Amino acid sequence: MMARLEMPTAPLGRMLAEQIRSQVLIRWRIPAFSLTNLALPIIFFTFFGLPLVNQTLPDGTNLGAVILASFAAYAVGSIMVFSFGIGVATERAMRVDVLIRATPLPPGIYILAKVVTALLFALVSLVILIAYGIVVGGIRQDPSVWISMIARLLAGSLPFIGLGFAIGYLTGPNAAPAVANLIYLPLAFASGYFLPLNQLPAFIRRVAPYLPTYHYAQLAWSAVGRRSEPLLTSLLWVAGYSILFLAIAVWAYQRDETSKFV
Amino acid sequence: MPPATEPIVEFIGARKRYGETEALKGIDLTVRAGEVLALLGPNGAGKTTSISLMLGLRRPTAGQVRLFGLAPTDRRARSRCGVMLQESGVAGTLTVRETVDLFRTYYPAPLAAERAIAMAGLEAVSERRVAALSGGQRQRLYFALAVCGDPHVLFLDEPTVGMDVESRRAFLQSMQVLAQAGKTIVFTTHYLPEAEELAQRIVVIDRGLVIADATPQDLKARVPAKRVTFSTPHPLPAAALAGLAGASMEVSDRRVRLLTNDPESLLRELFRRGVAIGDLEVVGADLEEAFLTLTRPPAAP
Repeated sequence: MMARLEMPTAPLGRMLAEQIRSQVLIRWRIPAFSLTNLALPIIFFTFFGLPLVNQTLPDGTNLGAVILASFAAYAVGSIMVFSFGIGVATERAMRVDVLIRATPLPPGIYILAKVVTALLFALVSLVILIAYGIVVGGIRQDPSVWISMIARLLAGSLPFIGLGFAIGYLTGPNAAPAVANLIYLPLAFASGYFLPLNQLPAFIRRVAPYLPTYHYAQLAWSAVGRRSEPLLTSLLWVAGYSILFLAIAVWAYQRDETSKFV
Repeated sequence: MPPATEPIVEFIGARKRYGETEALKGIDLTVRAGEVLALLGPNGAGKTTSISLMLGLRRPTAGQVRLFGLAPTDRRARSRCGVMLQESGVAGTLTVRETVDLFRTYYPAPLAAERAIAMAGLEAVSERRVAALSGGQRQRLYFALAVCGDPHVLFLDEPTVGMDVESRRAFLQSMQVLAQAGKTIVFTTHYLPEAEELAQRIVVIDRGLVIADATPQDLKARVPAKRVTFSTPHPLPAAALAGLAGASMEVSDRRVRLLTNDPESLLRELFRRGVAIGDLEVVGADLEEAFLTLTRPPAAP
C-alpha cells in the first residue's frame, strides 16, 4: 500500500547524535560518579607508580610507563563495568527502558549512544591520566606509543562493556555497585594492575593468564614495550571474553525482556 | 453515521497469557482514525495489557494486533504514535526542555518544544530538572513527551493519575483540543466522568473480555438507567427487600439505593409489600453506576 511506504520516520543519525549529547550531559551532571572514575586511576598511579618512575626493567622498558599502562587498563575497564552495570540497573529500576521501548527510538541506537558516550569518557580519562604521568611523573614516550595504547584500550574494551551490561541486567540498582566491585577489583588485582604478578600468591599467578583483565592489560603493556605474549594471543583472549560476556549480557537482556515485554 | 475512516488499531482474536493467567481472552476491536476511545474496566481487567499489545510492548499469545496495518513494533507505525505509560520514567538529570527536545528527535515532524511544553502547562518549570518535579508535573511532562512528536494517535494509560485538580482540568482541556484537531486518542481511566466527558466510544473490559463497546449514551441505555433512592422510618428487615427486580442495591441505615430499568414496577412492588417510603428520588444513573453493574456479577435472585 502506497500510504504505508510514505510513512516517514526520523533520521537515525540525528537521533544518535542527540542521544549521545544527552548521555554526555547526564554524565557531566553526576560528578560523584564521573569524578570518581577519573580520579581513582590517578590516585592509584600516585601511590603505586610515582615512586618507581625512574626505574628501568631488565628488558629496558621504563617501569613508570608500565605501571601507567596498568592503571590505564584499569581505568577503561572500570568505566565500562561500572557505567553499564550501575547505569542499566538504575534505568531498569526507574523503568526508563519501558518508555523508550514504546517510542520510535530503536533500542540499538539507544545502546550505541551509551557505548559511544562511555568510550568518549574513557578517552578523556586516558588523556588526563597520561598527561599526569608525563607532567608529574616525567615519563617520556614517543607520542605514537600513547596513541597506540589509547587505541588498543578503547578497541579492546568490549569484554568489559559486555560484563557491565550483564551486571546491569542481572542485578538491581542497590546490588549493582557491590557486584561490579566484587567482580572487577579481584580481576584487576589478580592481573597485576596494582602489584606485579611475581609479588602475588602462587595460585593467583597460575590463574592470572586465564583472566580477561590480564590479557587486556597486555595490550597496554606491549604498547609501552613490555611484551610477555604475542599481540595476537592477547587479541584472541580479549575476543573470546568479548563473546562470552556479550553472550551472557544478551541472555540476561532477553530474560529481562521476557519478563517485561513478552 | 459518518463514513468509516482508516483503521488505526486492529485486534483480531487477540489473546494474552502470562503463565497460568489469561489476561486477555480473545479481543476483537478496531479503532478508527479520529475516534476518542476510553478503555474502562476494574483493576486487573486487561486494560494495560491491551495498551501494551497496541504499542508492541508485549506480543499476543494468539491472534493479531496491527497498528496502522503494520506490526506494532514497526518504526513507521511508532513514528505516528505518542505514548503515556503507567510506571515508566525518564532520566532525572535532564531538564524538562532537554527531555522534550530529546524525544522530539525520535519523530519525523515534531512540534516546537515550546508548544509541547505549553500544551502540558509546564512553561514555568521548563528549565527545571526532571528529578525536581512534583508527581503531577512529572505526569504532565509525560504528556508533553507523548504529544511532542505531533502524533496521529495518542495512547494514554491512566493519564490523570497523580495529577492535582488544576493539572487535571488543564490536561482534559488539552485532550479536547487534540480531539477536535482530529487526533485519534485511546486512553484508560478510573475516573469515569473523564471517560464520559472525553470519549465518543467506551469499551468496557472485564476479566479479559470486551463486555461493552458503545457510546457513553448507549452504554447508559443498556444498563439500569434509573436510580431509586428513598428513606424508611425504621431500619428495614432484610426480607422486605428480598427478591426485588433491581440490578444492584445498597442499604445504609435507613437510606436505600436501588438501580433498575423499571422504577415503576419496583415501586409498585414496594408498596405492595407495605414498605413505608419517604423522601423518594428517582434519577438517571450516572456512568459510574452503569459501569459497576456491567462489571459486577449479577445480584443473586
